[in-house]
Amino acid sequence: MTARSGRKNLPTHVILVVVGAVMVVPLLYAVLSGFKSTDELSRNPVGLPESWVAGNYTDILGSGDFWRLIGNSTLIAVGTTVLIVAVSALSAFSFARFAFRGREGLFTLFTMGLMFPFAVAALPLFLLLRSMGLLDNPLGVILPQAAFGLPMTIIILRGFFREIPGELEEAATLDGCSPFGFFWRVLLPMARPALGTVSVLAVVTSWNNFFLPLLVFTDSTWWTIPIGVQQFQGQYSADYARVFAYLVLAMVPALAFYSVAERQLVGGLTAGATKG
Amino acid sequence: MTSTFLPDKRTRPGVEPAPPSADHARGRARRRLLHWLTAVAFQVPALVLFLVLVLLPMLFALYAAFFRWGGFGMPSDYIGGDNFTRLFEDPVFLGDLWRCLLLVVLSLAIQLPFALAMAVLLNQKLRGRAFYRMLFFGPYVLSEAITGVLFGMIFAPDDGLADQILGGIGLDGLGGEWFADPSNVMATLFLVMTWKYFGFHMMLYLAGLQSIPAELTEAALIDGANAWQRFRSVTLPLLAPTLRISVFLSVIGAIQLFDLVWVTTAGGPDHHSETMAVTMFQYGFKRYQVGYASAISVVMFGISLVFALAYQRFVLRRDLQGATTTMRGVAK
Repeated sequence: MTARSGRKNLPTHVILVVVGAVMVVPLLYAVLSGFKSTDELSRNPVGLPESWVAGNYTDILGSGDFWRLIGNSTLIAVGTTVLIVAVSALSAFSFARFAFRGREGLFTLFTMGLMFPFAVAALPLFLLLRSMGLLDNPLGVILPQAAFGLPMTIIILRGFFREIPGELEEAATLDGCSPFGFFWRVLLPMARPALGTVSVLAVVTSWNNFFLPLLVFTDSTWWTIPIGVQQFQGQYSADYARVFAYLVLAMVPALAFYSVAERQLVGGLTAGATKG
Repeated sequence: MTSTFLPDKRTRPGVEPAPPSADHARGRARRRLLHWLTAVAFQVPALVLFLVLVLLPMLFALYAAFFRWGGFGMPSDYIGGDNFTRLFEDPVFLGDLWRCLLLVVLSLAIQLPFALAMAVLLNQKLRGRAFYRMLFFGPYVLSEAITGVLFGMIFAPDDGLADQILGGIGLDGLGGEWFADPSNVMATLFLVMTWKYFGFHMMLYLAGLQSIPAELTEAALIDGANAWQRFRSVTLPLLAPTLRISVFLSVIGAIQLFDLVWVTTAGGPDHHSETMAVTMFQYGFKRYQVGYASAISVVMFGISLVFALAYQRFVLRRDLQGATTTMRGVAK
């Protein structure tokens, strides 16, 4: 790739600025609207707030409800992630380092899981969770999320685990390491970047999940952020400014997490998409 | 602990291979079994989770689809293929299929080429490149529910940002009913989907572009190929595996679209934005026609399966060689 002169790049920059504006304006609009009163929002929908009212934001931050949703989303995301990573790492280890009868069939079974929409299983899954008494229980979201996250995680981890040289395994075995010992004491520490990548993916997926929590949590105690946003909009449908403030606050954790973990997230998605 | 991870006997440095004997053969068989059990033991937790919470529900949906059933107790009123017959006479469901196809076509014709164009632009050395990349990808990390609520308000009639902007530039006539007009609702939905997802595909393409060796484009340049020829004959063919994956994800995404529709229109107005998943949800969770809803699930499953298998068979095959078919060779 050759560096071009600045002038030749002008059309490119114009396009990027226009597209960038289209990406940013909806978000900026939400932030600004949150600082208006609903009254002002109908008089002055687009401009800067006449006077910056922080009331919408502080009200929401001051209410326990919002923080409970954040807490629920966090608990469920962490629970899902720990479970997915632990279970997938064991499985990917076996797929990557052992040659055993039935391996390819089993691996195909897991990869098939990538192709099927969650919506297909939603209904019977709901019935199953109901009969197991897991409705209105965080495990009712954590366990299925982990199960549906397995295929992608196993595929990514298997790719990384295969790259760890076989000599290390031999050395560890000669030193008296059991397979699990090698997995626990050598492989996992070496695969820390890969584990970070799949963890970030699992956190984001869990945090954004809407369908499953919608089915499982009928009682507001366990609602997560996406459910809360939808409910809040229904409840305050006339109070636009307040809904905007709520939306902005609900976006903050995801965007903050993205800005910290961008590299792992992008790495995971591209690895997941191409290592299939 | 004497077992190695691999069943084949390998000569270890400094260890003479023992001479073969009957006793040795029996020991080897036992070791091989032990090895198999160890390998499979690591699979057990994943397998249990996957079987119970993914495969079992899917199989059960397949079973329930043949019953008239309200979702309580076990299904008992067997009606054969009636749910399916009804499904393919239901104008809403036929509409779902049509809308799914529409979204696929729009994605392939507009969203993905747009993502590719942005990826090509951002693959140059540019000031602010990292910033734009982050900005375009940003919406991907927002949940569909949040995105939907946000755009529901932006496309609100009259007061919403979209109408305000159009009014501001003297195009009042164009605005008005975005999500509320049957003839506009799918276009609006597609706009929102593009806003949210093109960055994801762009990232895939960027990763693909970066794996193309610069020498190839340079060689074409020396041979006198212009920018379009270089793109058409060098970049695009080498990017093909990435494009195929991106198309695959796009289609699967269109088949299972739910969240965005549910929070913006819930399928309205008058079913004009309904998707298969929304119809399934309506029947299964709102009207308690669980058997019928299961039939919808099964058709979604069938479409995904046929598409996935056909795609894998005819399109992805080349890409997956080495990834899934030569596993035996790799671990040894």
